[in-house]
Amino acid sequence: MAIKTAIKRNTYFDSVSLMSVTGRANAVAGVDQAMIGMGTAMNKEVLQNVGMLTPEAAEAQSGDLMIVVRSASDEIAEQALVEIDELFKQKGGNESGRKMNYATIESAVAHVPGANLAIIAVAGEFASREARRALESGLHVMMFSDNVSIEDEVALKTLAHDKGLLMMGPDCGTAYIGGVGLCFANAVRAGNIGIVGASGTGSQEVAARIHDFGGGITQIIGTGGRDLNEKVGGIMMIDGINALARDPATEVIVLVSKPPAKSVQDKVLAAAASCGKPVVACLLGGSEEAVTKAGLQFGKTTKEAALKAVIRAGRKEEEINKRALNLPLIAETRAKLKPEQRYIRALLCGGTLCEEMMLIAKESYDNVYSNIAKDPARKLKDVSTSIEHTFIDFGDDDFTRGRPHPMIDPSQRLARLVQEARDPSVGVIVLDFILGYGAHEDPAGVMIPALVEAKQIAATDGRHLEILGYVLGTDLDSQSLAEQTAKLSEVGVTIASSCTNAGLLARGFVSKEI
Amino acid sequence: MSSINDLFSKVSVINVGLEMFKDDIEKQGGSAVHLDWRPPAGGKPELIDALEALARPEIAARIETANQEAVERILKSQPVLVGFGPALEVVPGMTKTTILHAGPPITWERMSGPMKGAVTGALVFEGLAKNLEEAAALAASGEITFSPCHEHNCVGSMAGVTSASMFMHIVKNKTYGNVAYTNLSEQLSKILRMGANDETVIARLNWMSDVLGPILREAMQIAGEIDLRLLLSQALHMGDECHNRNVAGTTILIQKLAPFILETSFTTAQKREVFDFVASSDYFSGPTWMAMCKCALDAAHDVPHSTILTTMCRNGVEFGIRISGVPGFTWFTGPAQKVIGPMFAGYKPEDSGLDIGDSAITETYGIGGFAMAAAPAIVPLVGGTVDEAIGFSVRMAEITTAENPNVTVPLLNFKGVPTGIDMRKVLQTGIMPVINTAIAHKEAGIGMIGAGITYPPMEAFEKALLAFARQEGVAG
Repeated sequence: MAIKTAIKRNTYFDSVSLMSVTGRANAVAGVDQAMIGMGTAMNKEVLQNVGMLTPEAAEAQSGDLMIVVRSASDEIAEQALVEIDELFKQKGGNESGRKMNYATIESAVAHVPGANLAIIAVAGEFASREARRALESGLHVMMFSDNVSIEDEVALKTLAHDKGLLMMGPDCGTAYIGGVGLCFANAVRAGNIGIVGASGTGSQEVAARIHDFGGGITQIIGTGGRDLNEKVGGIMMIDGINALARDPATEVIVLVSKPPAKSVQDKVLAAAASCGKPVVACLLGGSEEAVTKAGLQFGKTTKEAALKAVIRAGRKEEEINKRALNLPLIAETRAKLKPEQRYIRALLCGGTLCEEMMLIAKESYDNVYSNIAKDPARKLKDVSTSIEHTFIDFGDDDFTRGRPHPMIDPSQRLARLVQEARDPSVGVIVLDFILGYGAHEDPAGVMIPALVEAKQIAATDGRHLEILGYVLGTDLDSQSLAEQTAKLSEVGVTIASSCTNAGLLARGFVSKEI
Repeated sequence: MSSINDLFSKVSVINVGLEMFKDDIEKQGGSAVHLDWRPPAGGKPELIDALEALARPEIAARIETANQEAVERILKSQPVLVGFGPALEVVPGMTKTTILHAGPPITWERMSGPMKGAVTGALVFEGLAKNLEEAAALAASGEITFSPCHEHNCVGSMAGVTSASMFMHIVKNKTYGNVAYTNLSEQLSKILRMGANDETVIARLNWMSDVLGPILREAMQIAGEIDLRLLLSQALHMGDECHNRNVAGTTILIQKLAPFILETSFTTAQKREVFDFVASSDYFSGPTWMAMCKCALDAAHDVPHSTILTTMCRNGVEFGIRISGVPGFTWFTGPAQKVIGPMFAGYKPEDSGLDIGDSAITETYGIGGFAMAAAPAIVPLVGGTVDEAIGFSVRMAEITTAENPNVTVPLLNFKGVPTGIDMRKVLQTGIMPVINTAIAHKEAGIGMIGAGITYPPMEAFEKALLAFARQEGVAG
C-alpha cells in the first residue's frame, strides 16, 4: 500500500463540505482510503488511528487542508490526488462569478440590501461571536450551532429581545419564515397556523400533521431546546408568541416543547393566554391541568395538537382524515411474534420523535431505557447496547460528536439496525425517515439493504421481526413521500402515518396482555 | 434594522457555516448569500484569547481612537515630489559603504539569490569592487553596512538595493513634514533590482547617475513641487493600480516633468535620452508611488495603541510587517511566500525567487492589489477574471478601516480605496492582504521572469498580535 499526502496551506473548508468531498474521494478509482480534512488535532488523530498520519500531515496547521490517500501503488495514489483536486475545482467553478463573496457579516450586511436574518451553523466555540455580530448588525438570528454556553445564550437572547430581534437557538434546527423553510424543514402549505417550537423535529412533526390534515402554516419560529430552562426563562418562546400575535396572517398558535421548568411554564402560559389568539400547547409529557387552567388548549400528542389547531383554524372536523389507529393491524402483528419477542427498539433521528414515542411506551411499560432519559436509572450506561425497551436518539451528542447528524449520514443507524435484528427478544424495531430541506435525499433508500438483512436474520432464526417505519414528510417535499413510503413497504416495513401513531403501534405490537 | 413583520413577509438570509442551507433556501426561491467564513485566527486558542482581550470595551475603544488617528494621518498626508539627489547626500544615515536593501533586516549570508546579485552589482557600480567575485568577498567581509531601506525613510523595489551614488526621489509630506526616498526605475527586466548585474546593468546605472538623475534634479529645482497624491488619483481613474500597472501614472508624471526637463541646461540629445528611457517601460513611475505611499505611512507610524499596519515588505527570505502602535523598527516576520502568476516565456514556476521588495508599501496604503478594481486591464497579468479583480478590492475592505476619499475607484461607484489595514481584522477574518507583484529569478544575475499575486505569511500577523497584546497589558 502507498500513502500520498497533499497539503493546501491556508485553505479553509467547513467540515461538512469536506466530508462530502471525502465521500466522493473514496469513490475515486484506485482509492483504498481517502481522508480530507483541516489539519486539526482531531483530524490528525483520525489519521493516526487509520495509520495514515504522514509526516506532512503531522506538520499541517489547523488552517491547512490535508488530503491523504492510500492506494495500491504510488502511481495510483498520485493519480487519485489529481482527481480529488478536480472535486474541489468543480465546486469552486460553480460558485465563482455568480455572486460576490463576503467574509464577514458586517460586510454582507453592507452589500446585500434587505438582508434580515443570519443562519449561524459553525462550530459552537465560534457561534456566539458570529451571532452577536449579526444581532449588532440588526439581523434576526437562527443559530443551528450547539455547544454554546447557557450564559452566552442568555446574553444573546437578551440582546435580541432589547433590539426587537428574534434569536432562534442555539441548537435550533427548524424554522419556516416568510414561506421559506430554514435548515431542517418540510415543504408545507401556506395557511393561518403559526408554530413556536423548542424542538426542531417536534415543530416539523406538528407542521407536517397540520399539512396532512388540510391546514397550513404561516411561520415556524424555533427557540432552541434550552429556551424553557430556568436560566433562559423562555425569552424566545415568549417573544415568538408575541411576534405571531402581531402577525396578521397567523390566526392560531401552536407551542411545541418538552415540559418547561415550573416558573418558566407559568410565564409562557401567561404570555400565551394574553396574546389574543387561540393557542394549542403541546408540552410533551407536561401537565394538562396547567395548560387548561391558563385557558389554552392542550395537545397531549403532536398529532392531537395539530388536529386541534387545524380545527381551531377553521377546517371542518368531519372533512379531516384523522388517520385513526389501525387496531386490527396490532392484533395481527401480535399474533406473529413469539412470546419472548417482548421489546421495542426505536432507532430514531428525530429527538422529539424519540421523546414522544418513549412517552407513549412509558404509559404502558416501566422498563423503558434511552440515551436521552432524564431518570438516571433509565439512562443507558452504554449507548451501544440496548436494554429491554430501548429508544435511541441518534441525533444526540452521544452519536454526533465529531460526526454529521444521522439525517445526513445514516451509517451508525444502519449498523445498529442489524445488531438489534439479531436479538431474539426484540419484537419491533421502529425507524423514522425524515424528509424535507436539509435531510438526506433518499433516507429510505439508504436503509433498504440493512432492512432486508435485518428481516433475513430474523427469518433465518425462525422469527418474524416487525419493522415499523414512520416517514416524516409532506407530499410537497422534494424526496417524494409516496416513493419513500413505497420503497419501505416493498421490503416489508409497516408504515405509521404519524409519530404519535408510530408510538402507539409499537407499544401495541409487543403488548402481551389481552 | 428589520422588524419582525418585515421578516415574516420576506426573509433574506446571510448564511454562515453549512452551505447546504443556502442551497435549500435558493431551491425554494428564497434569497440567501453564503458567507466565506473562516474560524477566527485559524482557530488557534492563544490568538483567539488575544483577540477577545483586545475586544474588551475599554481596550477596544482605546484602539479604535488610535486607529482613527493613524488612518487620518494616512488620509490627510499630502506627499509632494520636491526633488532628486544622490543617496549619499539626501538619505539619513547613508555612507559610502552602506547598502540599503528591501524588507526586514537580513545578513549577507541569508540573502536570496536576486538580492545577492543586486548587492554585488551595486558594489561594482560604486567602484568598491572590480568585479562580482571581489564584490561577493567584500560583501561577506563585514566592511559593508547592510540596512533595511525602511529604517532610512526609504523604500526600494524588488531587491531594493540602494547605494551611495544612486539618485533618489525626494518626497515631502506637506501635512506632517516627514520625507521619504526611493531610487529610480531602471525600466526593463534585466536590471539590478531584479538581481541582474552584468556590464549592461552597470552601464545603465552609470548613465542614470550621470545623466538621468542630474536632469531630474535640475528639472525639479525649476518645478518646485509636484502633488503626487493628485497624480495617483488620476492614474487610478485611468486604469492603473500603481503597483504593477503604471502606464497612466508614468504618462501623467512625465507630462508634468517634461516642460521642466526641457528647461534644464543639458543637451537636447541628453534630454532625448531621458524621454526615450521613460518611454521604454511603463514602470517609470512605479517607485514614485512607492515613495508617496511610504511618506504617508511613515506619518501614521508610532500612534500608541494603534493596530494599523504601516509597513509590509519582503527581503526575498522573510516578509516583515510593522504596526503603528508598536514603536520604532520592531519587525514581525514570517517566511516570504511564492508569487503565483504568469511567467515570461522560457521560465517555469520553480525558477521563481520568493516574494521580494518594499513595493507592498502600495498595498499597505490601499493601492496595488487593493485597487485592482481600478485596473481591469491588469487581469491577464495576475490571472483570473475582471470579477475577481473587483472581488479583491471588495474583500480588502473587510480588513481595512476606512476608504480613502482622495483616491477612488470608478468601477465601484467611486468608492475610496480600502485604507488602514487593521491587524486584528486580518486575524479575525483570515483574509490576507493581497499583493500583486513582480517575480525575480531565484538565481543572481538573471532578472525579472514574471508577475503575479501573493500574500503575507499569517505567522507575521500572529507574532504581531501577541506582541501587541502583551504591550497593551492584556495577554501573557
